Amino acid sequence: MLIKCPLCGPRDRREFYYYGSDDYLNRPGEAAPPSAWDDYLHNRDNPAGMTRDLWYHEMGCTSWLVVTRDTVTHDIHAVEPVAERGTTA
Amino acid sequence: MRIDGKGLIDRTRPISFRFDGKSLMGCAGDTLASALMANGVKVVGRSFKYHRPRGILTAGSEEPNAMVEILEDGQQTPNTRATMQELFEGLSAQSQNRWPSLRWDLLSINDYAAPFLSAGFYYKTFMWPRAFWERVYEPMIRRAAGLGSLSGRHDEADYEKAYAFCDLLVIGAGPTGLMAALTAARAGADVILATEDSRLGGRLLSDETQIDNGAGIDWVEQVEAELRSLPNVRIMSRTTVTGAYDHGSFGALERVGLHVPHRPHLPRECFWRIRAAQAILATGALERPIAFPNNDRPGIMLAGAVQTYLNRYGTVPGQRVTLFANNDNARHVARQLMAAGVTVAAILDSRPDASVLEDCPVYLGATVTGTEGRHGLTSIEVAHAGGTLTLQTDCLAVSGGWNPTLHLTCHMNGRPTWREDIAAFVPTPGSVPNLTPAGAANGDFSTWACLIAGRDAAARVLGNLGKTADDTALPQAEDAPYRLTQLWAVDGKARAWLDFANDVTTKDVRLSAQEGFRSVEHMKRYTTQGMAPDQGKNSNIGALAVLADATGRAIPETGTTIYRPPYSPVSIASMGAGARGKGFAPQRFLTSHKASVDRNAPMIEAGMWYRPSYFPKPGETSWQQSCTREVNMVRSTVGVADVSTLGKIDLQGKDAARFLDFVYTNTFSTLPVGRVRYGLMLREDGHVLDDGTTARLAEHHFLMTTTTAAAGLVMRHLEFVHQAFCATWDVRFISVTESWAQFAVAGPKSRALLTSLLDHDPALPFMGMAPVTVQGVQSRLFRISFSGEEGYEIAVPTAYGEALFRDLVARAETLGGGPYGMEALNVLRIEKGFITHAEIHGRTTAFDIGMEKMVSAKKDCIGKAAATRPGMIGPDRQQLVGLKPLTDTQITAGAHLFAPSAKAVRVNDLGYVTSVCHSPTLNSYLGLGFLHNGRARIGEQVRLVDHLRKIDVLCEVRDPVFFDKTGEKLRA
Repeated sequence: MLIKCPLCGPRDRREFYYYGSDDYLNRPGEAAPPSAWDDYLHNRDNPAGMTRDLWYHEMGCTSWLVVTRDTVTHDIHAVEPVAERGTTA
Repeated sequence: MRIDGKGLIDRTRPISFRFDGKSLMGCAGDTLASALMANGVKVVGRSFKYHRPRGILTAGSEEPNAMVEILEDGQQTPNTRATMQELFEGLSAQSQNRWPSLRWDLLSINDYAAPFLSAGFYYKTFMWPRAFWERVYEPMIRRAAGLGSLSGRHDEADYEKAYAFCDLLVIGAGPTGLMAALTAARAGADVILATEDSRLGGRLLSDETQIDNGAGIDWVEQVEAELRSLPNVRIMSRTTVTGAYDHGSFGALERVGLHVPHRPHLPRECFWRIRAAQAILATGALERPIAFPNNDRPGIMLAGAVQTYLNRYGTVPGQRVTLFANNDNARHVARQLMAAGVTVAAILDSRPDASVLEDCPVYLGATVTGTEGRHGLTSIEVAHAGGTLTLQTDCLAVSGGWNPTLHLTCHMNGRPTWREDIAAFVPTPGSVPNLTPAGAANGDFSTWACLIAGRDAAARVLGNLGKTADDTALPQAEDAPYRLTQLWAVDGKARAWLDFANDVTTKDVRLSAQEGFRSVEHMKRYTTQGMAPDQGKNSNIGALAVLADATGRAIPETGTTIYRPPYSPVSIASMGAGARGKGFAPQRFLTSHKASVDRNAPMIEAGMWYRPSYFPKPGETSWQQSCTREVNMVRSTVGVADVSTLGKIDLQGKDAARFLDFVYTNTFSTLPVGRVRYGLMLREDGHVLDDGTTARLAEHHFLMTTTTAAAGLVMRHLEFVHQAFCATWDVRFISVTESWAQFAVAGPKSRALLTSLLDHDPALPFMGMAPVTVQGVQSRLFRISFSGEEGYEIAVPTAYGEALFRDLVARAETLGGGPYGMEALNVLRIEKGFITHAEIHGRTTAFDIGMEKMVSAKKDCIGKAAATRPGMIGPDRQQLVGLKPLTDTQITAGAHLFAPSAKAVRVNDLGYVTSVCHSPTLNSYLGLGFLHNGRARIGEQVRLVDHLRKIDVLCEVRDPVFFDKTGEKLRA
């Protein structure tokens, strides 16, 4: 498996650490109801098809990346740096 | 028997080798199989289940019968295909799966018990009594089944793994692969040409076909010379591409040292990971047998293999050969045999309408209905359009047609497509992205068609690579049509084998269908067809055809089983190359490593680090003695320990303080410059992630320490929080763990030691830090303690670590102190109730460890919302407590806690022990653990039970801080 890191170019997946769905990026506010936190922490889809998940280029540039890929064909459609979303806690 | 003037072997270079202890001669260029054949050896192995005598069936890696053990340097490599083992001087091989000898094998009794050993017999026979499963049946089956055996010794040989990258990977070096590689190479593409064989040419080495009016082999040598002259071509012979994986990844196994006499440090095999932008599959085709009664006798072979042995190795398996085929292709074999002076008894053509014009008798509509000869074929029974006859023959060459070698196209869930005209499956286009099947692997069988396919595939691939093929001229070659009429099995009373390696017959497949296992995947598992080392390469399509017939379905409707990697067996040793002994994991050494080893300290692993366990003194006979002395030493004078393994993260930027407030539960923005604060970090789910101290070096500059175990984890976490939630904040951080060597100096005389080192009183308050100069080196001094004593940690650039450690130890010794190791460090922290990852093991909350007040109410932080949810706090939680046995009894980590009157069973479980030590300070065993509603039970008694180590003792529940609760010593 080959992930095209936006900074380092195409790299073997062994250089990356896999975290999970990009749902982790949508952190509820401090005052959000428990149900919102429950969804954020625990509830995930398991799609056959397009999915967006988080990978960390641990053995490279240390970028966290959102990888859009197809779980059926294993095609990777997009790799974007998490930091470029520019959100602030 | 050798045939004069035939073959590509070098008769001027004789080679001696041994088979079953007997000394034999072969030639350079021989395989073990061809050399055995030349020596007239017919029986090479015994079959898996019935222990039937078996000879050589094929000339390639698909060989199901001729598997042997190779003896080398005390090692024994089982299941080596004699057809793939190249001959070298001194090669020693022995037959396997027989006892006491290949000719007389006791377990061949199984052959007479065959009526009871049909498909599924394991499932039906070994059912009762249940008590026999493990003690009687399994050992019995294991002894009887299986193929080769191992030496029982460690494999000390070298293996290698390697990586390669290219524009184009051409798999296979027959006419298709050579033409493809040549076309792509001339266009400037970076090409790897991989072939399983020891030399290039593929089928051209076996078939005396002409190319451009010259010998095929001449054309091969000409192409090879050109390819070798080009800098953009790598030729990898003896390399089997074993699997196709995502995004252009391929696995390949190279036989590096298996074809030459043993040489020290020459790897036996190398496992390659090849990354290719494009690939061409030019793996050719495998000939398939026909199932007929007793078709497994030594001397019955595939026709194409007979051709290979004749033309490549100059040897034939018999003196009177008979051909049995359902296609035109096999006629060439008969003609070449006759041209070489070998008698061809007859051609048995199953087709009623084929030509009879040959220089030998030809029978049409013919089938073989029986064979004779236990240790080698002697005669066959034939039924043909005109009647029946018995033929005296010692070699029967069989051809049931050819199956494209398309396995790699199925490695990513692709399914092949049935082509009725050639009665074979061909690759479905697009099965593996950027992999183009071509030539015989794609169902084009003539040499001419292969050359065209190779060139065209390369031209297409070059287009994808943005390159253009120049006009490489195609050489002329035969373009004979491949005419075939389907024939899979001939019925008869005797067994007709489909899978030679696993002893599966047509009867087994029909029985499977009859008993309801009609799906091809069920049939495979019920009969074990296709589950032997050849993975059904000789039998899949035949078995499928028999199953289709038995279930009244067509072949494409019945479908194939899934081909999975590897294409041919890969040794575990090659895939794990290098990961043995010290190569298993990287080793991280402290700067004090040598100094510790010099003092005979046993080093223990802490993650990848090696840390001193204790520093034995003369006369001490146990670790416990040394540990106790070191604890007393720290409590009474001064001790020195290397704590460099703790993670160190340097944070800088205007928002660094704000960032720390967000990742720690407590507040760091209020920390004055020159001070240190203990911090607690949570995961977002409210459980403790890590703890450690962070110092403020300057207004916008912090130094965080993490635990040894979580250093990488915390770094990853900080990066995530920063990039995901506050990327715009002005903060940058980097790991400096390996930039600084850091030593703890602890004990009542620690200040005196540092005063002598620095030439002034360190004059630091508890939890203070200051830059200091140690003999001219810029260093950092922290007043922090993990022992409960007045303590300092001094950090110097790594280059000075060893010198400083030796200096500190020498100064400590003049004060009556010395170095201490991990054992003493652990006792000191348990006495003081300090936690480690034994306590913060991923399931404990800030509340559980009594630190809920450290979760600031004034700000948000990672994990705060989850940490306060119901279930994460309250009396139902198991909380950190100290445990002290009422009697002088050893207690153990992992023991469980129960009420004194309760039975020690799971439903009464109240908690567990995480850390224990024998405390010289309190002269007792002490433990830390988690106890249900523990803080409310302080002063009560619990029963501590370790069921495994038979410990059952009453303990007093204590505050976790056993020693100096008020911290007077710490702040002295």
